[in-house]
Amino acid sequence: MTATQATALDTLEEVAARIRSHVVDMCAGPEGGHLGGAFSSVEVLTALYFSVLDVDPRRPDDPERDRFLLSKGHAAVALYATLAERGFFPVGELSGYGRPGSRLMGHPVRAVPGVELPTGSLGHGLALACGFALAHRSAGRDARSFVLLGDGELQEGSVWEAAIAAASLRLDRLVAVVDRNGLQLTGATDRIAPMEPLADRWRSFGWAVREVDGHDAAALADHLAAAPWEPGRPSVLIARTVKGHGLPFLAGRAASHYVTLSPRNHARARAALRTTETAG
Amino acid sequence: MSRATREAYRDTLLPMLERHPELICLDSDTGLFSADHAVAAGEQYVNLGIAEHNLMGMAAGLAACGRIPFVNTMAAFAASRALEAIKIDIAYNRLPVRIMATHGGLAAGHLGPTHQALEDLAVLRVLPGMTVVVPADAAATEAFVEQSLDVSGPLYVRLGRKATPALPEAPPPVIGTAQTLREGGDVVLAACGPYPVLACLAAADDLAGHGIEATVLNVHTLRPFDTETLTAAARPARLVVTVEEHWRSGGLGGAVAEALAEQTAPTRVLRLGMPDRFVDTVGNQEHLVTHYDLTAERVVRTVRTALDTAALSGTTR
Repeated sequence: MTATQATALDTLEEVAARIRSHVVDMCAGPEGGHLGGAFSSVEVLTALYFSVLDVDPRRPDDPERDRFLLSKGHAAVALYATLAERGFFPVGELSGYGRPGSRLMGHPVRAVPGVELPTGSLGHGLALACGFALAHRSAGRDARSFVLLGDGELQEGSVWEAAIAAASLRLDRLVAVVDRNGLQLTGATDRIAPMEPLADRWRSFGWAVREVDGHDAAALADHLAAAPWEPGRPSVLIARTVKGHGLPFLAGRAASHYVTLSPRNHARARAALRTTETAG
Repeated sequence: MSRATREAYRDTLLPMLERHPELICLDSDTGLFSADHAVAAGEQYVNLGIAEHNLMGMAAGLAACGRIPFVNTMAAFAASRALEAIKIDIAYNRLPVRIMATHGGLAAGHLGPTHQALEDLAVLRVLPGMTVVVPADAAATEAFVEQSLDVSGPLYVRLGRKATPALPEAPPPVIGTAQTLREGGDVVLAACGPYPVLACLAAADDLAGHGIEATVLNVHTLRPFDTETLTAAARPARLVVTVEEHWRSGGLGGAVAEALAEQTAPTRVLRLGMPDRFVDTVGNQEHLVTHYDLTAERVVRTVRTALDTAALSGTTR
């Protein structure tokens, strides 16, 4: 089934709801997971894998494919759920996450079909994606390279090394998304290391910048599908999101960063997701 | 003939770029490639500026898409500043990135400890799948750059800065096989890099005058380590001495000690390297090698002292 067919059957919102449900189940497993940052990025991943990316789960190594990297690798649970929903591996495998013997590690690993390169140490993804984009361009391929960065991750200097390179090389088929949830492990990103005016910062580095509601999957898909927005410039979409979005007892709280859901909280989370789904 | 290994690398790579369109040279403002070289190489040469982490990350991304990047940086920056990108983006993925690291060992000379790399061999050779080579002269560099096309996975090549002397005629060096420059049954002198190898050759001449026959090994490949050649040479010998421009820990001496310790009949190993402190004097590479006593005289002294001690302890039994 192609992404277009999938979205014809299910709305992006329905897919996103299923991904959230998988993430909640994984975070109720023995090791827990990075629930907050996974939830803030669900619509971005949904828009990419169910509308924007030219990828085929049956041919994950097709050289012509678009490439995606989850630079904020701690959101692995969301990526795994997305890849499984998209058909890269069976959904049933998600229940093994964090359990001995599973290939679903806490950060994305190449053993998982659909994962391009392992990530997790922050500040690596943009440079890798620059390499993808340069390779595609010099091979004359139209494929695009996408990368999802966390806003806390922008504190890594290597991100800006890569931002300089991308603009200097005019890699306009490179698209970055910043998951701007405003929180990192110990608190507000702008209290720990102020990053505003964020859009101006990227613009000053030579990037084309847009901002969007990061939980509006259709709007995300529209913007991402339209890139490059300006010829010769790489694109960055600042997605305004909420950490833990959709779970009232965790949303917008730094405490959602890493969560091992107790049976009680697992039940609360599942109930909250059902309510959101019904209301939506 | 004296020639810089880094220039030998550049002059070997340029024609290879024409023959192999999958190769790409990524620079970090090292100045090794001139504007004319860059023009000649076209899109196969990219200067990414002074950003070594990005250099390694982009190289990994390119390699993941089928390119074979040669990245130019200084050994000091590869082995520490960009190490995480080398570990995670390159080594973890077993990608065929060629890290061409200049100013290795003491080659940075008067530029000081910020630009000297005395830990690179220790750091790089522990990374799974990493091939680590140290050509001892320009001819070996040419051979290794050409052979690099046959190396799967990542490769680290430690180069120099200024011209260093050519080694005497010897069998062509091959990545992965220690080069036997001289054979003798009493001691093994094992070295890597231009001045240490020359010091061992000169020491072997001197020792022969004292009736001590030395095997001299140019152990240019630290990983994968040629345990076979080393063991065969060491088995009959009474002593192995290693010499390198590196801290005494973790480099060639460490690799030799590890390899022999796992054999059933280990031979005593004495490691000559840099003392456990940062360079605190001004000088070019030759001066520093002498100042820190990585010399033929030191090797001779080390061997004679060790063998005299062994002889004395032998007589007391």
